[in-house]
Amino acid sequence: MNASAHHVTGPLLRVAALLAITLAVLITLLVASGFDASVALQAMVRGAFGSWYAITSATLVRAVPLALTGLAVAIAFRAGLLNIGAEGQLLAGAAAATAAASVLGATPSALLLPLVLLAGVASGAGWAGIASWLRQRFGVLEVISTIMLNFVALYVVGWLVRGPLQEPSKFYPQSLPLAKSLQLPALLEGTRLHVGALFAVVLAAVAWWWLRDTAGGFRLRAVGMNASAAAVSGRINVARVSMYAFLASGALAGLAGAVEVTGVTYALYDQSPGYGYTAIAVALLARLNPLGVLASAVLFGALQAGGNAMQRDAGVPVALVNVVEAVLILLVIAGERWRGSVR
Amino acid sequence: MTNVSDALHTSSPALALHGISKSYGNVIALHNVTMHVQPGTVHALLGENGAGKTTLMRVAFGLVASDAGFMEIAGARVSEHTPARAIARGLGMVHQHFSLVTAMTVTENIALGQHGVFTPAHVAEQIRTLGERTGLPINPNARVSDLPVSAQQRCEIVKALARNARVLILDEPTAVLAPDEAQALLRWVRAFAAEHPSHAVVLITHKLRDALAVADDVTVLRRGQCVASGVASSFTEASLANAMLGPTERSASVEAEVLPSVRPHTDSVGAHHVVLQADDVTVHDDRGVARVHSASFNVRAGEIVGLAAVEGSGQTELLRAMAGLRDVASGRLHRPTDVGFVPEDRHHDALLLDASLTENYALRDAGSRHGRVPWRELAERTAAVLSQRDVRASGPEVNARTLSGGNQQKFVLARALDDAPPALVIENPTRGLDFRATAHVHDALRDARDAGLAILFYSSDLDEVLALADRVLVLHHGVLRQVPREREVVGRAMLGLT
Repeated sequence: MNASAHHVTGPLLRVAALLAITLAVLITLLVASGFDASVALQAMVRGAFGSWYAITSATLVRAVPLALTGLAVAIAFRAGLLNIGAEGQLLAGAAAATAAASVLGATPSALLLPLVLLAGVASGAGWAGIASWLRQRFGVLEVISTIMLNFVALYVVGWLVRGPLQEPSKFYPQSLPLAKSLQLPALLEGTRLHVGALFAVVLAAVAWWWLRDTAGGFRLRAVGMNASAAAVSGRINVARVSMYAFLASGALAGLAGAVEVTGVTYALYDQSPGYGYTAIAVALLARLNPLGVLASAVLFGALQAGGNAMQRDAGVPVALVNVVEAVLILLVIAGERWRGSVR
Repeated sequence: MTNVSDALHTSSPALALHGISKSYGNVIALHNVTMHVQPGTVHALLGENGAGKTTLMRVAFGLVASDAGFMEIAGARVSEHTPARAIARGLGMVHQHFSLVTAMTVTENIALGQHGVFTPAHVAEQIRTLGERTGLPINPNARVSDLPVSAQQRCEIVKALARNARVLILDEPTAVLAPDEAQALLRWVRAFAAEHPSHAVVLITHKLRDALAVADDVTVLRRGQCVASGVASSFTEASLANAMLGPTERSASVEAEVLPSVRPHTDSVGAHHVVLQADDVTVHDDRGVARVHSASFNVRAGEIVGLAAVEGSGQTELLRAMAGLRDVASGRLHRPTDVGFVPEDRHHDALLLDASLTENYALRDAGSRHGRVPWRELAERTAAVLSQRDVRASGPEVNARTLSGGNQQKFVLARALDDAPPALVIENPTRGLDFRATAHVHDALRDARDAGLAILFYSSDLDEVLALADRVLVLHHGVLRQVPREREVVGRAMLGLT
């Protein structure tokens, strides 16, 4: 439980090795595709960390939803639930927040924004609740149900932005932009970074403390480590703990969606941002530690911000960054496997 | 399918095992066992739990390599035996726990592992014909998970026959069957052996009546040694039981040699109050089948009650009901709210192997705890428990996985006893432990008993029941009764004899 020197240096070395391999792959790909690697990498670093604006408004803005969905995945995985559906739960949260805003928008009040966020939280939890119910009632593997529900969520959003939530001119498949009073305030003046970043930091700290120090957190970890022993020797109601963990996971992903709508896009669009998928890598790279999720989210945020800059400034297709992300994910998973086999 | 003429006019045994020995570490599973299965016969292989019956047949089927001895199949010496070669040589084995893929159909299961092109319709037709010819009707298109256990067993036998098995090894085949089904299966076994001179059946069982009813020859194993063999008609149920259970004085000698301090059994009459009581209790398993019928008994403070039973007699269900982990279907259960429970399978049911001992200690109250977990206090408490109960671990922060099996069990027992619950329920208290660790666990249980604990335990080892229990209950086919604490009486009661 106490962080010894080994526990600190181990993960850092591991992350350094992962990054080194990933960088080598990126350079190889760049050279093989005929790009000037040094120009491209400079563009990437500039895009992610080159200026105050790049750090806050490109990297950290992307890190916020990655951190919230990363926490969602970490909580579920710690409970032994393979929730691959953070993306769908994020979409459900975004859609519900948009819907709540359009319904409540006419009555300006200080309570409104929290209500809109709450709608997203509840909707994300509800979306995860479907998979949780299917698992407990029919034994449906949550890996499968949550992946399926991702697509259902995307199609529901597609319908909403062409139907009930479409902007009044009925021209674009998107919702009406949110009223100023329903937008999350900026965290730092002159940047795009919004107070959602605080949510991520606070929730990560709370989740870390809760998992470590509370009876509920211990029950969740016990169920994740050995559900049978938890039931037999801990007299833990495994079904109930699993359900709460699933709902909490969905709630976090739903919050990510609501925060994204109220803090970044200000409207609902017919697309899947992909944060919920990257979140799996974010959580695994952090070894499911909530505080580690924050660092891991910033890394992936930087990778995405840098990738966009690389496309813009060096003409390197952003797909290359997707390849690099995939390599990182594979390395993380292979690393987990390797750790598992040498233990 | 009838390529058997080679074995026709020989008198050599269908299967012969000569001087087979097998050890696992210090444990001798088989010692110099010889067994001849004559063609055209049913051969019953008898013995208590752990006597080595299954191990011997796993040697025959090539699943286990013996340390010494050799075997012959239809007169031909066998070397470098594997299951694939066993099948090629005409052996078929139906394990006690079926090896079927339950999500697949009967046809798919039987085609599995065969070579060439798989034409489902063709294989299904083959199965239907084979089933009709051999008297094992089975629907080739049924999914195995939808089949009752008896049909799954037919599927296993048909699978073996489809691979041209001439010598069938059936491991406790009647254990999973209802009485009528068991009778039908035994009739089939007889008919199969008689059908062709190259056929033979080895029937692994601990049911004496089954053995005498159907077998031509009998081999009895006890503690890995062949203690009796011969034609079935030369045995009676009593003589077989004696052979299986062995001389009565041995339990005392084992106890003297294993346990450093044998303390007298308590006189558990009257003086102490009843802690656990079952009145007319019926318990179902997960599938809703009644496994314990109208059981009534009690356990008093300061006594150890031992439950003896052959595997699958309902003991798991009864003990878990007494521990409060399973609801009773009918009857009344009187039990205190905090009954300590030590499950049989440490790794599966008792420990978080990759969590610290402190966390494992905290598991005991995990279901009812609220608020913050006082980790520092718990770590101190765990450290104290480790030293008090002589659990060898470098500290409370190490993972449970790093402990030896004996120390894991000591830890699990210490955890269950730590806040002095009024009652303890324990399944197979020393499964997989060596002599020293076994003695330690027994001592700990006796200490707890002397301190006033009511203990109910089950052991698949009759010697352990006799060594530890003040009173003995026997469960046979879900029917419970109390018997005198005498080896032969208990052994017979376990087998359903009176």
